[in-house]
Amino acid sequence: MKRRLLALLGFATGVLAGSVVLRRRFGKRRDRVEVYFDDGAMVSYADGAPEASPLLDAARDALDAAR
Amino acid sequence: MDAAQALADLTEISSQIEAAVLFDAGGAVEGSTLADEAKAQRLADAAAHLLERADSVRSEDVAVTQVEASLADGCVFVVRDGDRRIAATTVANPTVGLVFYDLKSCLRDSVPEKPKRRRTTTKKTDDDEA
Repeated sequence: MKRRLLALLGFATGVLAGSVVLRRRFGKRRDRVEVYFDDGAMVSYADGAPEASPLLDAARDALDAAR
Repeated sequence: MDAAQALADLTEISSQIEAAVLFDAGGAVEGSTLADEAKAQRLADAAAHLLERADSVRSEDVAVTQVEASLADGCVFVVRDGDRRIAATTVANPTVGLVFYDLKSCLRDSVPEKPKRRRTTTKKTDDDEA
């Protein structure tokens, strides 16, 4: 009984670890932008935030221009 | 060191950087790794636009020094130092700190050297010697 429980626990841990690895590797990353200021502050906006849209549009233009 | 040499060194050092352009506050391109001048100008314009929009993020009078935009198929970096700027595009998921360091070094190295001042000596006249 105890051996069976340990096997089940091991299997569950393996599935959980595998899903984390797969999500990190193949999961869709959200576009984001980070702005650093003269006073040492930094703000980060992920795609979907209202502030991110104009910044990400300009960044996409820059990337298109270089390719 | 001139802009072309600094940019050549930059692309040699960093394999993550695909393209880079040095430009001034007015958007004029000083140098670029792109062979096509029109492309270089478009990159500089887009980077200036990005910096301009980043400046409006905070209402206080604090200048933006650098911006990093991470997109699915690559990243865009812009660094400002006074009136001079450098923008670069990289592969996806670059080593952000390293790219910023290399861009700052390039910006610093590409500062045009000021002409050396000539040393002037005044000849002593007979009156001075007396």
